[in-house]
Amino acid sequence: MLSLLRRRLGLRRATSRRPLVSPPPFGDGQPVYDGARCDLNGACVRACPVGAINVATAFALDRARCISCSRCIEACPTGALANGLVFAPPARSRRELREPRGADLVASGEDLGRRARQVLGRSLHVRHLDAGSCNGCDWEINATTNAVHDIQRFGIDFVASPRHADVLLVTGTMTRGLELAARRTYDAMAEPRMVVAVGACAASGSPYPTSYASGEGAASILPVDVFIPGCPPRPEAIINGLLLAVGRLDMPTQKGP
Amino acid sequence: MIEVLRGRFPERVVERDDVANAIRITVPPDALPETCGALARECEARLVVMTGTDERERRRGYGLYYLFALPGGELVSIEAEVDPARPTFPSVTRALPAAHWYEREVKDLLGIDPHGHPDPRRLVLHDDWPRGLHPLRKDFDARRFIAREPHEHGAITGVHGDGVMEVPVGPIHAGIIEPGHFRFGGVGELVFQLEARLFYTHRGIEKAAEGAGVDRVLFLAERLCAVCSLSHAVAYSQAIEALAAIVPSMRARLIRSVLLELERLYNHVGDIANLCAGAALQLGVYQGGVLKERLQELNAASAGHRYLFGVACPGGVRRDLDDVAQERIRSELGAIEGEFRSYLAALLETESFMERLTATGVLAHDVAEELGAVGVAARASGVARDVRASHPYAALREGMVTPIVRSEGDVRARLLVRADEVVASLGLVRELLAELAELPPGDLTMPVGPLAPDRWAIGMVESPRGENVHWVMTGAQGEITRYRVRSASYNWALVPFAVVGNLLPDFPLINKSFELCYACLDR
Repeated sequence: MLSLLRRRLGLRRATSRRPLVSPPPFGDGQPVYDGARCDLNGACVRACPVGAINVATAFALDRARCISCSRCIEACPTGALANGLVFAPPARSRRELREPRGADLVASGEDLGRRARQVLGRSLHVRHLDAGSCNGCDWEINATTNAVHDIQRFGIDFVASPRHADVLLVTGTMTRGLELAARRTYDAMAEPRMVVAVGACAASGSPYPTSYASGEGAASILPVDVFIPGCPPRPEAIINGLLLAVGRLDMPTQKGP
Repeated sequence: MIEVLRGRFPERVVERDDVANAIRITVPPDALPETCGALARECEARLVVMTGTDERERRRGYGLYYLFALPGGELVSIEAEVDPARPTFPSVTRALPAAHWYEREVKDLLGIDPHGHPDPRRLVLHDDWPRGLHPLRKDFDARRFIAREPHEHGAITGVHGDGVMEVPVGPIHAGIIEPGHFRFGGVGELVFQLEARLFYTHRGIEKAAEGAGVDRVLFLAERLCAVCSLSHAVAYSQAIEALAAIVPSMRARLIRSVLLELERLYNHVGDIANLCAGAALQLGVYQGGVLKERLQELNAASAGHRYLFGVACPGGVRRDLDDVAQERIRSELGAIEGEFRSYLAALLETESFMERLTATGVLAHDVAEELGAVGVAARASGVARDVRASHPYAALREGMVTPIVRSEGDVRARLLVRADEVVASLGLVRELLAELAELPPGDLTMPVGPLAPDRWAIGMVESPRGENVHWVMTGAQGEITRYRVRSASYNWALVPFAVVGNLLPDFPLINKSFELCYACLDR
């Protein structure tokens, strides 16, 4: 124990000071769309393994389904899709995760944010629930608690019991095996309560085909307040999503302590 | 070897299969226990994976494939065809205990009954699944909604008696972990029975792969389990490459090997940190967590993803490691090595911590051997199994990896095996990077042609948790008709053996020392 303390004295501050925005794009990420260069040739539709893109009448990308594999970006011959989003911003509805976003959607969640701030103040107690994931989102949620991301500096903490939780943080496709457990966990929470869906499979079921075993995400049985896209979303994206849920995403605290 | 086997089994068809890279022995179902038992006993063969198939569409019955590895590494497959009119076969489990879960899976998913199995309860399907429905049968529609049936909790036997207490835990746990149900039976804090009910995260991945394109299945393979994602992607790719009769370029294989070691590093370091969480040593959790985070950011900076998704594909790799990336890996690992050594030294000096680990959660050598343990759990119990040594793959050659083995089998031994493997892995990355630096830039991928029709092949990779085996079978057009994944998390079958006789509060510690996934077990 003393040896660990002694070692600690020699360590520098680990907690990231950077604001919670996407790091420079490298590798796979969600595409950035440039409508001026798009001729609806459909190469992206054929390349997408999860059916997240549609060009039947106009280009439409469902960021809830997108697993950030970059295949559409590689396939696009006109450069309309580019690598630029290591993580896409969280949203209050599936519709908001459609690209291009409609102008009418921007203000849709204001009330929720205000209400959450009034009721919950600035602190948030979170209960994690794995509803059948690949464990990627769950490990990234774990990473939000490490000294680098340090989610507790935002007043957010994970609790053991749903009875103590304000937010249910759901990962996974909502498998047949976990549907009942998920319902019971939600029922055990006191009002006011919120549900945040983390990652592509909790947001939409993608990339697992809907089947006898695999469902279509958290929203198929729970009222989801915030969707966090990504496969898996980075820890910063998960923190952003929780801040959105509590109506603090636009507040200065997001820039770090 | 084939002559030896022909001599031992003169009445059987024994032939070499170059696609499967195995010797295949066809037997009638009734001869399975005798043949498998003899192979295990007389040739010291080890069961690697067992698969059932539905081949009725190809005018055959149900297929059973018991795949063994001989001590020299050679693979032997004992195969039988079961009559669809009478879907039953004599269970091999009494002759070969390592077959126990495989045969229960075959019963659940294909409805082929292992007659005489000592534990015929359900394994994959839960109690509310209707009788007589088997998802991996070809006439089962994967998209069909199956209503829940009223049921008894038949899967849990429980313990009863004066002063006996039963403690149910899960499937939703108090921490940020995956779901599983545990039923502890004991008196006071002493556990004398543990029943685990798993497969809550069963997503039907094997069924989804049937008939899907080679590329589509890759995305499912990567998402069997995020923390062993690259191991799964490479194992799947190797199986496909065997069926397509191609070998990726040396550059692609070197990149695979380097990044597979990076996967091992972030997992092992993170697992050591999590072990501290099991013993409530918060300083250890924080300091190890920072190292794990640095290793995952190294993954992102050098290969584009914190969990190495999107790196491997059948035919090679999608990401190059150029000079800049190589130098980044070299210098960052150099810095992390120093920090890891000082972290480990500080942990080992923390007596209150080390004492909790010592003689806790002992997995006996015989149990590990008999039930087919793999990975860190096997090696910490004196079983020298490491695919990198026994079946070198990607850029590895014989002799590059020596299994790190300890004999104690307790939590401490599993910690020390991981710690030694971190150091060995750092050395291996340096060695591989030196080879990579000598190579001129070259092709990363090659086209994957049509797959050999009506054949099977496997890919094996030593993930951070142990041996992952992907068994892929093709149909008449070379399409994927069966995809069987045996991940290292099959070690779950062993965990109860290490828990019985311990104190209940030590379960989290023992559990974390195995550090198994639910996601890739459940599929």
